[in-house]
Order: sequence, then structure tokens, then C-alpha cells
Amino acid sequence: MPILNADRSKRRASSDSPGERPIASGADDLRVRPAQSEDLAGIIAIDARVTGVEKIDYWYEVFHRYGARSPRQRFFFVAEAGGTIEGYVVGEVRDWEFGSPPCGWVFGITVRPEARLDGIGSALLAAICEAFRRAGVSKVRTLLSRDNQLILSFFRSQGMMAAPFIPLELDLE
Amino acid sequence: MKLQKSTSLALYSVLEAASNPDRQIATAEIAEKYGVSPHHLAKVLRELGRAGIVESARGVGGGYRFSGNAKRLTLMDVIEIFEDISARTPEDEGEPVTDVGTALGRILSEIDDIARATFSSITIDTMLKLVDRARGLTPPARQRSERAPA
Repeated sequence: MPILNADRSKRRASSDSPGERPIASGADDLRVRPAQSEDLAGIIAIDARVTGVEKIDYWYEVFHRYGARSPRQRFFFVAEAGGTIEGYVVGEVRDWEFGSPPCGWVFGITVRPEARLDGIGSALLAAICEAFRRAGVSKVRTLLSRDNQLILSFFRSQGMMAAPFIPLELDLE
Repeated sequence: MKLQKSTSLALYSVLEAASNPDRQIATAEIAEKYGVSPHHLAKVLRELGRAGIVESARGVGGGYRFSGNAKRLTLMDVIEIFEDISARTPEDEGEPVTDVGTALGRILSEIDDIARATFSSITIDTMLKLVDRARGLTPPARQRSERAPA
């Protein structure tokens, strides 16, 4: 799972334009919008920087499934400032998985390390939550390693609490 | 899970101090609010002072003031000053090691790992938001009445 820092933002996302969210900020012209194919190089670079693994095929596949032409329940947004991709978020509405009524799942959110602590993560999460609301769901979930204190703290700071699930695994011999 | 009394007092004290970082809070004030012994609380606050989480304020009224970083300090940082919440193994307790004990120990460790991850993911700042929510306040209402964290 990608990584993200907590924020001390003055930036707030507005919601006057579906699918594109200009961010009111001091100096930067930051906006959150649906990812385009031209953004992939920037997205791949951020992910490779944070995870240490460059996953070109993976991201093209994610874009194919969640990008601009994807079904209405899948969302892939980027935060862009001055032509630079500062971060991204990916998620979808899943119906009746794990016995749960339809809800939004965030399975990837990352901000470029130099751009952290400025509310970009909060803006990305707000954008995908708004997209989930428009898709008709009222709950958002995510799943991440319990060792990932940084991103756990970020999601906690956004008001997320423990979900009523316990992840299980088995080593296959 | 049940935290020791000193740990609970420490968390109450840190949250009280962090919710009003400009204000000196007297030991007696916290003790009265939570119905605890001022003597016990004073020892807890001294320990928090040694850890750099609060600082004692001299002068009229005296008391303590929050001196940590609310956006970085986690509940686990406070808890581990006062206790080790790790599950105790039979070896720790001086008991014989058995298959049943080992299997039970794995389950207790699972629970322990989840508890640690939870306490480590919640900062004092996040906790104050939860307190506001419990009070029915919106976050901006609290932010207006407090100094921005350092």
C-alpha cells in the first residue's frame, strides 16, 4: 500500500464541478481531477519513489480499469499543481463484498514526499469520498498493514475508525 | 484491554493539557475532574514532565502545560512510558512452557499487535477531534479556542 503523511492544511477542496476539484490555496494552483493517460509517468514515478519498486505494467492496468473511461463505480484521481502530479488516489464501490452492503474502498493513496504536510492527501481523500457519495454509498473503507503507522495515522486523522472486520491469512505450503 | 491507573491518568492529563496548550492546568483541577488522588496524579505528571510531554509552570497557580507535538505524539508514546502492554508469556511468568500455552500465546500476541497498532495510529490531535465529536462540537469550534500546535 502506498504511503501518505498527515496534513496541516489550509487547503480545502470545493465540490462545484463533478470529477474536478480546484483547491483553494495560498500560492499553488492545486487541483484534483480524474487521471489521464499523460499522468501515468508522474504516477509511476511517485509510486516507485515511495515503494522502491517501479511497476509500469501494473499502473497501466490500473489506469485501464479505473481511468477516465472506467465504469461509474471506479475512481482514479490525481492532484496536480503547476503541471506536476503531486499525488493520486484510486478506489471503487464494491457491492456486497465480505457480506457488506455497497461501500467505497480506497486501495491506493500517495503524495509526492516533497509535497506532503500541505493537505494534498486530505484533498484527494475528500475528492474520492465525494465521488463515492455521488455513486450512492455512505461509507468508505480501506485496508493496510498495521505496521504502516504513518498512513494509519493519516486515515485516523481524517476520522476513520476500525471497521467490523478481521483480516485473516494462511501460509500455503 | 484494561490500562493501569497511572496510564489512564497520564492520558487524561495529556489530553486535558493539549486541549488548552496556552493554559497552565493545576494538578488539583485534573484530580478533581477525574476523581483521582492528587498525590498519585502528581507522580504521573512528573513522569510526563521527564518525558518532555508536559512542562511544569512556576508562579501563581503553578501547574502544567502541554509541551509536545499533538500531531506527532501518539497514545502509544504516552502508554509505553507507564506500562508494557505486551502479552505475558508463560516464560515471563515463570510457568512451564506447554503446547497449549504456546498456542494461547500466539492468540494473545495477535490481540496485542492489534492493540499496539491502534494506539500507535492515534495522535493526540486526532484524539482531541474524537473528544470534540463526543461533546458534539465541530473541530473548528475547538480550533478557535486553542493555539496552533508547534
